Amino acid sequence: MPSRSIVVVSGGLSQPSSTRLLADRLTEATVQDLTRRGIDTVVEVVELRGLAHDVVDMTLTGYARPDLAAALSALAGADGVIAVSPVYAASYAGLFKSFVDVLDPEALSGTPVLLGATGGTARHSLALEHALRPLFAYLHADVVPTSVFAATDDWADAGGEQVKPLPERVRRAAAELAQRVAAREPVAKGGLYDAVPSFEDLLGDA
Amino acid sequence: MQFGIFSVGDVTTDPTTGRTPDDTERVRAMLTIAEHADAAGLDVFASGEHHNPPFVTSSPTTMLGYLAGRTKNILLSTATTLITTNDPVRLAEEYAMLQVVSGGRMDLMMGRGNTGPVYPWFGKDIRQGLPLAVENYALLRRLWEEEVVDWSGRFRTPLQGFTATPRPLDGVPPFVWHGSIRTPEIAEQAAFYGDGFLHNAIFWPMEHTAQMVNFYRQRYEHHGHGRADQAIVGLGGQVFMRKNSQAAWDEFRPYFDNAPVYGHGPTMEDFTRETPLTVGSPQQVIDRYGAFWEQVGHYQRQMFLIDHAGLPLKTVLEQIDILAEDVVPVLRKEAEARRPADVPANPPSHAERVAAARAAGRLQAQQAAPADHWTGRAAEDDLEAAQAAGATTR
Repeated sequence: MPSRSIVVVSGGLSQPSSTRLLADRLTEATVQDLTRRGIDTVVEVVELRGLAHDVVDMTLTGYARPDLAAALSALAGADGVIAVSPVYAASYAGLFKSFVDVLDPEALSGTPVLLGATGGTARHSLALEHALRPLFAYLHADVVPTSVFAATDDWADAGGEQVKPLPERVRRAAAELAQRVAAREPVAKGGLYDAVPSFEDLLGDA
Repeated sequence: MQFGIFSVGDVTTDPTTGRTPDDTERVRAMLTIAEHADAAGLDVFASGEHHNPPFVTSSPTTMLGYLAGRTKNILLSTATTLITTNDPVRLAEEYAMLQVVSGGRMDLMMGRGNTGPVYPWFGKDIRQGLPLAVENYALLRRLWEEEVVDWSGRFRTPLQGFTATPRPLDGVPPFVWHGSIRTPEIAEQAAFYGDGFLHNAIFWPMEHTAQMVNFYRQRYEHHGHGRADQAIVGLGGQVFMRKNSQAAWDEFRPYFDNAPVYGHGPTMEDFTRETPLTVGSPQQVIDRYGAFWEQVGHYQRQMFLIDHAGLPLKTVLEQIDILAEDVVPVLRKEAEARRPADVPANPPSHAERVAAARAAGRLQAQQAAPADHWTGRAAEDDLEAAQAAGATTR
């Protein structure tokens, strides 16, 4: 069976970044789950910090510089995506949104996506449902039901009656993503020119 | 191989002086630039078409018609003619008129236009951009090729018994290019008709340009117009030159940093590395542009943008002189030396197209019908009536 490509978008801006930390946990759990299903994975991590200038340049010029072009192309060919953003001012980080802005609107259509977010306290956690989920719904992504928020405290919290501990939430979300990735045919790597209709069709009755 | 310049006709403040030309000054500067390019020996001058400030190029055939009378050798073209928002009937009339007025010293390039509000201003829907380009161009061709056209379509009022005048010069329509940066359907359209394809690569990496051009070439062969390497290809380019490379960089940088489109974005270092923009000595331009054929094959037309971003007229005229004296003769000679004998050196000229049409036995009558279809009367009949009427009032 061909391996599946998991592309991880980490929108953390500090280094080291707790956003990347969460992204890595989600990735590890997803890969393990797929391995149990007998599916090999190739993981590619897109750190938005390193692409920040390229993203802004593309919003101005319309073309992607080489590193950004590689990231966009990886996403378009992904079998599954893990996208994690810090929460800034009640929503995803501006750079994270700018990156989504330069994505081809069709790039994630039908692609299984697992969403994650980080923030100082759990009070920010619904940004996942109010901001990230609608954004990916707009892109027609297949967003898994469980998204994972990690507040600072979560990194040393065994959970409680109301909230399951982070590792358990990570495992559950990863299993949902893995199940969807496993259920889909691997993405065929298509080019810009593969789907050009015949000119007779374009012409119609004109 | 042809080398020319194209102007988008932007009115932009000179960032080094803070001075902004008015529309009249900019239009006159464009005329001066075109006449200077003709005198210097460049092959092509093309005008953009825009219907919104800060651009002045709303009426290309007025400008090109004037230039046809003022210039001697330069071929007049467009970059681009809006095939979406213009009425194809008016395009057929205006460009046939330009063809006749210029004695066939013209061609034109179709483009869709990417300024959202221009579509509704002209009663169109930008989401229909591609279907508009397809239907309008199909009608435009019929209006040039067929004397009497009955037509109905989705986007304009039907035509019954319509004849576009003047009929094309010698019965052969102008040569047409299609310009597109990232829409394979437009490359397909160019290939379908055996028209030229120009990729204006000035904001894009050459790898992308090569993909688009090579797609067009394959489709050109598929549609039976010749081999892929015989398709008619043009490229856009952008240069700023001084004898001394560092002087070119120092002088151009404020214009680059503040330019419309890419200003305040990538650095000039990045942009010159990743796009065809070349800032430096004439030899550096020769080295860069003399190698593009390796990626896109032997091509027929190289256009340069040299008059934007607020560059003063004097500087632009100097750029034309450097191009014409130090760059183009070398590039032209190199291109000719490596071109296979059965690959066209240039896009087809009017004379070549007339000869080809004659050889293929599809030369249409040059004159429109002697009398109009509705009244059965000719203009001379009306002239007599008009003279008679004039005599009574005198």
